[in-house]
Amino acid sequence: MPALEDLYREIILDHYRAPRNRGELPVPPAHKVEGYNPLCGDEVVLYLEVDGDTVTDLKIAGQGCSISQASTSMMSGAVKGLPVADARRLIRAFKALMSIHESKLEGDADGDDLRDELEGVRLGDLEALQGVVKFPVRIKCATLAWNTLQQGLDEVETE
Amino acid sequence: MNERSLDVAGRSERPMEAVKDDFPILQRRVNGKRLVYLDSASSSQKPRSVLAAMDDHYRTYYANIHRGVYTIAEESTAAYELARAKVARFIGAASANEVVFTKNITEAINLFAHSWGRTNLHEGDAVVVTEMEHHANIVPWHILAAERGIELRWIPIDADYRLDLGELDRLLDGAKLFAFTAMSNVLGTVNDVRALADAGHAAGATVLVDAAQAVPHSAVSMRDWDADFVGFTGHKMLGPSGIGGFWARPELLEAMPPFLGGGEMILDVRKDGYLPNDVPWKFEAGTMPIAEATGLGAAVDYLEALGMDAVHDYEQRLTGYALDALTERFGDRINVHGPAGTDMRGGIISFGFEGIHAHDISQVLDEDAVCVRASHHCAKPLMRVLGVPANTRASFYVYNDEADVDALVESLVKAEKFFAV
Repeated sequence: MPALEDLYREIILDHYRAPRNRGELPVPPAHKVEGYNPLCGDEVVLYLEVDGDTVTDLKIAGQGCSISQASTSMMSGAVKGLPVADARRLIRAFKALMSIHESKLEGDADGDDLRDELEGVRLGDLEALQGVVKFPVRIKCATLAWNTLQQGLDEVETE
Repeated sequence: MNERSLDVAGRSERPMEAVKDDFPILQRRVNGKRLVYLDSASSSQKPRSVLAAMDDHYRTYYANIHRGVYTIAEESTAAYELARAKVARFIGAASANEVVFTKNITEAINLFAHSWGRTNLHEGDAVVVTEMEHHANIVPWHILAAERGIELRWIPIDADYRLDLGELDRLLDGAKLFAFTAMSNVLGTVNDVRALADAGHAAGATVLVDAAQAVPHSAVSMRDWDADFVGFTGHKMLGPSGIGGFWARPELLEAMPPFLGGGEMILDVRKDGYLPNDVPWKFEAGTMPIAEATGLGAAVDYLEALGMDAVHDYEQRLTGYALDALTERFGDRINVHGPAGTDMRGGIISFGFEGIHAHDISQVLDEDAVCVRASHHCAKPLMRVLGVPANTRASFYVYNDEADVDALVESLVKAEKFFAV
């Protein structure tokens, strides 16, 4: 069994105890999007401000476990100020990070595609979340914020 | 057929602590630690006698039931019907024909909603439920509400996590159905079924009881409860998954139309129609979980040998020990979502822990092979009333002991250190 320290890295616990960018933004101009994990009741609320093709501001609300809340906090820091295209690239890279372990286990050829997604993307602190893949039931906790962000960006685009 | 599978001789003289040895899975080690199973409110583990009874059924006399005239088909049928009779006796029914098998209590309540509900509930009719219901006793009524505009009324809970009956008469006024749980799967609260059933009947309502948590842990009697429909499930009472069922009043069973159509539920089928079978088989379409029924019968035998009053007393003592241990060790940092004390309360302890999410607690506990549930426990309306998205639930059964509670406390200490702010 993998050690708890693989899952709960210090930087994750730090984001959990002191989440960044918590709060709300006035809607509109901001766009509000909610994500739920129906299995455990975790919820993520994002307030996205997109000006042209840049994510100019982002606030987070909601509640959940340390992994979901730390992932949301880290995501907010990583995405704020990014061009939308780069944010989408980061979403793909993060989701690749969360699935690469399973692909390796299955000897899946798609593993190469996932590694391609990660190529050249700077994940920074986010790499601390890589330990989550050793605890498969927790992967959904880590990806909740990113799926919610993706949904929010899609909704902004079609508005 | 053969009933040799039960070795209960002298069981009543065995201390409850020795029960653990009857459960092979509890000998297992996980992560190098002794398995501490505290999730019986979700599903219980199975004693050797239940496993042996099912194995024996499959190995020596398995065949489909009710139609074959060959020896093993008759043996298989007799075993299935014997299980029905055992369950009927166990729950204090007047006759085995009042017991219908389904795959679980969720199917039982859905069957009732589909059959009785679609016959008797019409636009504007009211169904009264409580805030402490499991989704299985909420969503079937939501489905009917969306389909035909029935009204759902909710009995609230009070500060001690019990039903607040202050407005009961007003809520029941004109209601067609009163559907409530005998014991909350989150709070552990035990409701006074007879008093609630009487109130429902006085208001002219039909009374449905969700007894999924009550039947495994206390002596129940359909005659004493005097409800109209009572659902239960096998896997929470030491039986296998895949079999559960319900008891209902004979006249109600007669009046209810069939739920699923198919084999076994008919007396006759012609090109222009069908004649339904007698009760209870009218509700048992298709091949049923046959060996599972035998397993459930063996589970009933096992529980009866222990004695349900002894089971109840033992679990109350253990619950009291656990409540004391948790509050002594963690004080205000732990928030038990359930009644204070052990009176009218079952062996379910749900709690919030200051600053640590339920998922993170159960992750740390898993490292010590302590199995608890971190979830909304299929009771989201209740969780919203409690104001939490999820909590941690430890639940006890006959095979748990004080050492299991001690392991829980020790592991929680570890979680607290790990997440210390």
